Amino acid sequence: MRGGADVSCLGEQPLPAAEAASPSPVLLAVEGVTKRFSGVTALSDVSLDIRAGEILGLLGENGAGKSTLLKILSGVMPPSSGRIVFDGADYAPSSPQDAKRLGIVTIYQELSLIPTLTVAENIFIGRAPTGPLGLVSWKRMERESRDIIARVGLSIDPMTPVSALSVAEQQLVEIARALSLKSRLIIMDEPTSALTETEVQRLLSIMNRLRQDGVAIMFVTHRLEEASAICDRMTVLRDGRLAGHLDRESGPIQLPRIIEKMVGRAASELYARPAQRAVAGDVVLSVRSLRTVRDPEAPHAIVLDGVDIDLKAGEILGVAGLVGSGRTELARAIFGADRIADGTITLGGKPIAPASPADAIALGIGLVPEDRKHQAIFAALGILPNFSVASLGRFSNGFGVMAEGRERDALSGFRKMLSIRMASPEQAIEGLSGGNQQKVILARWLARDPKVLIVDEPTRGVDVGAKAEVHQILVQLAARGIAVMMISSELPEVLAVSDRIVTMRRGRITGEMPGVEANEEKLMELMALDRKPQDEGMAQYEGQAR
Amino acid sequence: MSVSEQDQRGGINVARLLMSFGPLLFLVALIVVFTLLKPSFMDPINLFNITRQISITGLIALGMTFVILTAGIDLSVGSLLAFCGMVAAVVAKGGAANTLSLSTAGTQGYGWFAALLAAMAVGAAAGGVQGLIITRLKVPPFVVTLGGLTVFRGLTLTISNGGPISGFDASMRWFGTGLIGPVPVPAIIFAIAAVLCHIVLRYTRYGRAVYAVGGNAEAARLSGLRVDRILVSVYIIVGFFAGLAAFVLSARLNSSEAVAGIGYELTVISAVVIGGTSLFGGIGSVGGTVVGAALIGVLQNGLQFNNVSSYTQSIVIGLILILAVAFDRWLKSRVRR
Repeated sequence: MRGGADVSCLGEQPLPAAEAASPSPVLLAVEGVTKRFSGVTALSDVSLDIRAGEILGLLGENGAGKSTLLKILSGVMPPSSGRIVFDGADYAPSSPQDAKRLGIVTIYQELSLIPTLTVAENIFIGRAPTGPLGLVSWKRMERESRDIIARVGLSIDPMTPVSALSVAEQQLVEIARALSLKSRLIIMDEPTSALTETEVQRLLSIMNRLRQDGVAIMFVTHRLEEASAICDRMTVLRDGRLAGHLDRESGPIQLPRIIEKMVGRAASELYARPAQRAVAGDVVLSVRSLRTVRDPEAPHAIVLDGVDIDLKAGEILGVAGLVGSGRTELARAIFGADRIADGTITLGGKPIAPASPADAIALGIGLVPEDRKHQAIFAALGILPNFSVASLGRFSNGFGVMAEGRERDALSGFRKMLSIRMASPEQAIEGLSGGNQQKVILARWLARDPKVLIVDEPTRGVDVGAKAEVHQILVQLAARGIAVMMISSELPEVLAVSDRIVTMRRGRITGEMPGVEANEEKLMELMALDRKPQDEGMAQYEGQAR
Repeated sequence: MSVSEQDQRGGINVARLLMSFGPLLFLVALIVVFTLLKPSFMDPINLFNITRQISITGLIALGMTFVILTAGIDLSVGSLLAFCGMVAAVVAKGGAANTLSLSTAGTQGYGWFAALLAAMAVGAAAGGVQGLIITRLKVPPFVVTLGGLTVFRGLTLTISNGGPISGFDASMRWFGTGLIGPVPVPAIIFAIAAVLCHIVLRYTRYGRAVYAVGGNAEAARLSGLRVDRILVSVYIIVGFFAGLAAFVLSARLNSSEAVAGIGYELTVISAVVIGGTSLFGGIGSVGGTVVGAALIGVLQNGLQFNNVSSYTQSIVIGLILILAVAFDRWLKSRVRR
């Protein structure tokens, strides 16, 4: 692996000069913190520290415990045991407001600004400067907020409503607000995932400036090269435990070291890989140069930038990518849920242009969306209508009257086949476990005999036992000749079920390889690094795949 | 009037039973109380009177149930009723010119059937236009139908020049005042419509789609339902019922009034909500709406019967509406626990 060379684009970042010679005192020390949720240990005996004027990277895969630690530090919940010392005193915030008052501000991916208010109002929310009569002094508010946002390099009018700002600008406003609150430690949760390359550069240089001003920053990210470029030190979590600390020595922390720490376990531990199956059949779905445009109603969405993908009958194609890589957008574009700007999709050799999910479904495509609660489940309804909603035509007669007998028979067939544990077809779907809900959604599509089934994060919110069952179902479906595309950010899952794997990053395919040749290191590298297709590494993987 | 198809879920749970039958129990309790206060309340003549009274708003409430099931609302129904009534009168009498001539019944018009078709068609078309504005231009239903409320009233006044159009022939009046056996014709029309709506919502794929769209529009779209078409269709349905109700009302009063139906939207929405249909969509039933409409009708009639002033009546009905929803919420919070 040659990760270090790839961050040349970030090489101009000024490095902290000889910090090691005179380390500033420790600002925050987490000592042996453990967090248990009714039997499950989310965080186990984790320790880390961060000094003033330092950027600490907090890294780890999904489920490694990063968000639990963040919630503890930001005052959302207390630890079960362990000690946290901030600025020399015990730190036990009772609420996020309390954490802020004590000097720790957390900036989440979902920004917490109020879009209808102006930048100045957001910065001074709850503490607007007042004039002699106790009325808000707009003049002072405008002047002071202008100074505050200048510190983060923003030159916008503070009286602009926040809704008119880009995501990157909103983020800077949040940072500015944190600074105006005299925060000593700013925790940033995946701040770069929704930013363009230029915006990332700007953010990193501002982080750098804040570091020089003596602010401590905890940078929680998936983007390894960004972490490598900016962080003085890194703490890596894995499975809720400390996987290790990494220090910047003569140069940036090299990526192979980070990946090794993040992965660090045999992929086979949780997910047994099914035996390699028969070779896949013909190409069913073929996507060429697929592009999407930025939707003004969803400016945060990732834009696909020329995606080529082939999906064969009877195979499971794993699509691995981090949040914001465009994997969900790819699924939605194929499914007709998002508009396509350019490119072609062919299904069974014929070009198709689904303008809506209804079109795609009629053509034989099914999608199990990533957000079950908001995109798949009808919470108020029973299992039966949840099951049959995509096949109402098949379960009704010529007059549009439901043939409930047929509908029930079909459901009970799938209930056996997928071993759905439920009391009755009338039971509210909300009463089922996540795994059983997901099985009902799978049955919803199987009732249509799809040619192509796209599953997006199929085991999110599904407990460990049911995960293996869902994987087994996907394998069975492929064995029946369905072309399955499985999108997942859990690498062990991708490795466990995929016959072939493609990786995505920033709206592009960055690599492809047969499932048997893949491992977490290879995938992580392709998912997290910016590579041009002509890179030797890529060519090597492509050579293997074709 | 089966209020609770969902109740075969198994497990006898008092709170859940109450939730399904709450409005019905309340209705029975009211009838008992009014009977105790004045036994003549139970007189068949009075009871049939009540059914005739509730059939107008009840018909519209059936349509409104579809709309509210999709988490929508239609505030224009009262004005639309007046407008459709005026259209029916013009068709029945062959023009608006003979506004004040009272006994030209049946001489030059197109008859009750054309009048009925015209009223229903105009209502459905008006609902369709509002539905299209809601889905295509993405204007919230509240705003579109609030606009519709004044537009249709204005159109009504324009057609009728502000006055009523009165005097229909006997065949048309029969739909408002006639009896089949002891049962008033409007009540029969309402009952047939209610059964049909119940069948559509409970047993057809269209009904399934309505619940799905109201329960989770995004999931419905990703399940292949044409969400916009379904949304437009429910406004067509409520408009259709406003037209039908307008015809029946005009037939009953032997007159189409320009000021008919003022405030009906509130009675109609109250009936649907008291009947347990959630304003957030996806939950509710025709049975509930029928009970809700009956509850309001019994309350009004019973209070009147006991010489309670109409001022006090509106206070009581308003409070009942709030109580019914509060009770529903409270039960739900108990069931969840």
